[in-house]
Amino acid sequence: MTTLIAPVIPRSRLQRLRWTFADGGVIARGNLIHLVRNPSAILNLLLYPAVMVLLFGYVFGSAMNVAGGGDYREFLMPGMFAQTMTLGVMTTMIIVTNDAARGVTDRFRSMPISRSGVVLGRACADMVNSVLELAVLLGCGLAVGWSWHRGAGNALTALGLLLLLRFALIWVGIYLGLMLTPESASAAWMPLMPLTMLANTFVSPELMPGWMGAISEWNPLSATVAACRELFGNPGWGGDSWAAAHALPLAVAWPVALTLVFLPLSARRYRRLDR
Amino acid sequence: MERMNSLAVVAEGVRKHYGGAPALDGFDLAVPEGTVCGLLGPNGAGKTTAVRVLTTLLRADAGRAVVAGFDVAARPAEVRYRIGLAGQNAAVDEILTGRENLEMWGRLYHLDAATARRRAGELLDRFGLAADAEKRVKHYSGGMRRRLDLAAAFVLAPSVLFLDEPTTGLDPRNRDEVWQAVRELAASGSTVLMTTQYLFEADQLAHQIAVIDAGRVIADGSPDELKSMVGGDQIDLVVRDAAGLAEAARVLAAAAGRDPVADPGARRLTAPVHDRIGALTEVVRELGERGIAVEDVALRRPTLDEVFLSLTGERTARAEEGGHGEEDRAA
Ligand SMILES: Nc1ncnc2c1ncn2[C@@H]1O[C@H](COP(=O)(O)OP(=O)(O)O)[C@@H](O)[C@H]1O
Ligand SMILES: [Mg+2]
Repeated sequence: MTTLIAPVIPRSRLQRLRWTFADGGVIARGNLIHLVRNPSAILNLLLYPAVMVLLFGYVFGSAMNVAGGGDYREFLMPGMFAQTMTLGVMTTMIIVTNDAARGVTDRFRSMPISRSGVVLGRACADMVNSVLELAVLLGCGLAVGWSWHRGAGNALTALGLLLLLRFALIWVGIYLGLMLTPESASAAWMPLMPLTMLANTFVSPELMPGWMGAISEWNPLSATVAACRELFGNPGWGGDSWAAAHALPLAVAWPVALTLVFLPLSARRYRRLDR
Repeated sequence: MERMNSLAVVAEGVRKHYGGAPALDGFDLAVPEGTVCGLLGPNGAGKTTAVRVLTTLLRADAGRAVVAGFDVAARPAEVRYRIGLAGQNAAVDEILTGRENLEMWGRLYHLDAATARRRAGELLDRFGLAADAEKRVKHYSGGMRRRLDLAAAFVLAPSVLFLDEPTTGLDPRNRDEVWQAVRELAASGSTVLMTTQYLFEADQLAHQIAVIDAGRVIADGSPDELKSMVGGDQIDLVVRDAAGLAEAARVLAAAAGRDPVADPGARRLTAPVHDRIGALTEVVRELGERGIAVEDVALRRPTLDEVFLSLTGERTARAEEGGHGEEDRAA
């Protein structure tokens, strides 16, 4: 009657590596099914960017100036792209806290499962999610008259920088998610939303009060936005400050630094869940 | 070492502090292979902490724990191949169907796709979920979720299963379904360690009951041993006529082997008995033969409060379970 199932124990390093990818695949697949089946997630995915583009592009846009001149919606879209990537940290954080609250993390940790596979699955699912968000936003941008002007190669590099920022924020999200409850993770909107605006996303820092402009220039998000404006050939990039003048290298350096700090931190935090 | 081989779970002097008062304070337990152990205690007694230490989720500050033959601190990976865990919350995915949930856990236990599918089908049948296999779990009842969660913990038919309060928050019908599932798990040969706040639940399912209070086991034995330790079941008897009280007391004393406690105002007699049904039958027959009219006669099990009262001499604060004494009577 009982079918006894012998535990499969990996023997070689190669087999263990295969496990990591297999586990990652299963977890990523589960997360993507969520995205497809959850109507509100799809609606969020489609609606939020569209509303924001319309709101900023047309409602506020008519009152906005671009430092150095240029069309506001051309200026706006790279900011929207980068803001969406940044807010993706919320998705990571909320899923990590929910997994812990539902006991899923505990079951994973009680199983002979590859720990890096769990993380890999999380990262894959988040990246796929972000690529979809970016695709929707690109569509919105094209619909309101935004475009890239410096060739497909530069445009693809810009998209790569955006995804690099999102990738770095996965580790920030996992680290914070392992420390917070689902309620406090949802409340993270409050500080996060203003932080994505205290940058060059919607307004040129030159037009802000001095101290605020300085913070905005150095916001990691600003580097990615400025680099994207440059690569897409959209108005409003460059500037007098060192940060603005070195947007491209900073758009690589910031995410790499975030990853170097938060990847080990989140791995350590995960290992120390048994304290 | 000989003895260790036949024990599925051993804990010796396990301690765990979270900062304040110790959550586990010299926790000792030994569960023989193939048996069901009920870890019984009120909220905050340390049940979850004990389960977390035994399932490798939490590192103990001191002491030793061996599960399925391996030390949880030194060989956690070996332990994980041999255990299943259904925690205090059902770790089910609402968006997926019941079948998809089990297939996912099967794949995460590294079964190949075909085996995972077959195993999911078997478990759905076995836990009475086959009819709802293609429904999303968000449409499941609390009992169905719990059973799905037990099934997920049982994918590899592990040698030791840990169930943390598997029936808390369920209505009686759902609870009975989960009990059935636990019996199913035990019947397949796995050792089961389940925590509970209800004496009648441990009594229903467990071969061994360990009573935990303030992080240590204060009593440990078979349900019968435990009940005799705390005085066992009682016969409550109310005679119709105060005149019959003295003779009824003699009848009850003969059956119980000791003098009953009398409450003449209520015409009530109470005596602890060991041979429950035998004693009850004898008392009823004797009273009938002597023509003593009885208004009410009942076998009553001690409640968890009474167990704690007699084990610790303190009444435990258990505000939320006002009604469970009724269950004891009905069980
Ligand atoms: N993560 C934690 N941090 C601090 N204290 C905790 C934590 N988990 C449990 N405790 C404390 O340890 C004690 C035992 O808790 P627990 O094992 O959850 O009891 P039970 O499962 O029997 O209700 C309680 O006093 C509880 O407050
Ligand atoms: Mg508990």
